Amino acid sequence: MCGIVGLFLKDAGLQPELGTLLTDMLITMTDRGPDSAGIAIYGEETTGNAKLTVQSNTPDTDFDTLDNDLRKRIRGKVTMTTKDTHAVLSLQADQVATARQVLLEIRPNVRVMSHGSTLEIYKEVGLPKDVAERFDIRKMSGTHGIGHTRMATESAVTTMGAHPFNTGIDQCLVHNGSLSNHNSLRRKLRRLGVHIETENDTEVGAAYLTWKMQTGATLGEALTSSLDDLDGFFTFVVGTRDGFGVVRDPIACKPAVMAETDQFVAFGSEYRALVNLPGIENAKVWEPEPATVYFWSHTHSPTAKAA
Amino acid sequence: MQTFDLEAEGLRALNATLHAQSAHTNQTHWQIINPKGSHAIAVGLDAPIEVNIKGSTGYYCAGMNKQATVHVHGSVGPGTAENMMSGMVVVEGDASQYAGATGHGGTLVIKGNASSRCGISMKGIDIIVHGNIGHMSAFMAQSGNLVVCGDAGDALGDSIYEARLFVRGSVKSLGADCIEKEMRPEHVAILEELLERGQCDAKASEFRRYGSARQLYNFNIDNAY
Repeated sequence: MCGIVGLFLKDAGLQPELGTLLTDMLITMTDRGPDSAGIAIYGEETTGNAKLTVQSNTPDTDFDTLDNDLRKRIRGKVTMTTKDTHAVLSLQADQVATARQVLLEIRPNVRVMSHGSTLEIYKEVGLPKDVAERFDIRKMSGTHGIGHTRMATESAVTTMGAHPFNTGIDQCLVHNGSLSNHNSLRRKLRRLGVHIETENDTEVGAAYLTWKMQTGATLGEALTSSLDDLDGFFTFVVGTRDGFGVVRDPIACKPAVMAETDQFVAFGSEYRALVNLPGIENAKVWEPEPATVYFWSHTHSPTAKAA
Repeated sequence: MQTFDLEAEGLRALNATLHAQSAHTNQTHWQIINPKGSHAIAVGLDAPIEVNIKGSTGYYCAGMNKQATVHVHGSVGPGTAENMMSGMVVVEGDASQYAGATGHGGTLVIKGNASSRCGISMKGIDIIVHGNIGHMSAFMAQSGNLVVCGDAGDALGDSIYEARLFVRGSVKSLGADCIEKEMRPEHVAILEELLERGQCDAKASEFRRYGSARQLYNFNIDNAY
């Protein structure tokens, strides 16, 4: 099972409500997966700055003086906002690589959830309503976001096994389905030097997309080639800085419904997730085609390309 | 007419109320409001009643239907009218995957498009789709009729036993052992009746017929890969 939701706002007037709309959509999908939940929000940007969203199981000790400690080591500006087990570190974009190295050294238990200029990812074990409450997702505004509630099949129920997965700067992935060739693909990617942390199948899918893009593919090309290289069932929703994309495997047994109005484009594993969106009665509602890569973006007109 | 607010009264109460209707009920017309994509609406009905659902539904709407007429004024999720025995199900919008799967009888009319696996393993149901259907439709179909006024996706009628498939538009590809067959006068007559029942104004002469080549009925070593 697993439940996925995505919301891309065309109407800037809805931006303050993004967190609430997305949270309600995800809560509706709770019975598709009670194990863990996560939400990626594309929010505000500060020019020249990057955001690292980090997580710790012992936030009180790990986050206590983290901003100061990091500031001293990288000799740059660092600001930190903590929310429960997560903290968002804001720093100069060109110091991120150094900061990640330093983090490994000074806080080995702190894990990076996401890296981006506008992206923040919050995810934990638990039900969508509890996870959203812990991180106060309802109060978050933004341009677009995606969410996931997990029914674990391929690996353990942990924070690191929760979705969304960060696949590159300002990019993330959620997955409904199960990959059957993740073990061989993990070995192949590790041999190529790609870091993969867990035994989770979706992390391999995310690492595959990252690797493809690092070796020259666009996100669209990476998604298209995933149809050949990934074996198993998947409906993927990917978040990008400008919008989001959807792709389903050729068998397409994992459900997907899309809705579009003048105000938004929305994705749900089921129509139920979309029923409380404003103006849904008059939305264009359809099921995305199998083996077709769809993109919506704030900067380009929407595309749908059969692979 | 009885009106039932699904959001206010809940799914169990709805299906229990509908199941309590007998062949002699006076309450023959029902309207369900606020379906909001809920699953298993009007499942397992067995009385000559008419149920109008005002909105879109989730999984398994009108599954296992006997006698009843269920009319959905919206789109439907996966497995609609699955294993229907008799009666009629009409969908004004689109249908998600495996609509009418394993149906033994009755009529399913989809006025929009149906997605993948429509009529998979159908066993006597008649399905009339005004729009297109997705891949693997009528997989292992055993009996009944599937009428498609638009186009059919990949692998239509894969491993089909018997069942008549009528398609007006293009067929992306035929599945194993499914072939185009001659439209004889008796097929035109059957199709005309189906189109009328399916409230469809397409002309029977515009359709092509597909069915089983009957080469997979018995073990044949040449069929092994």
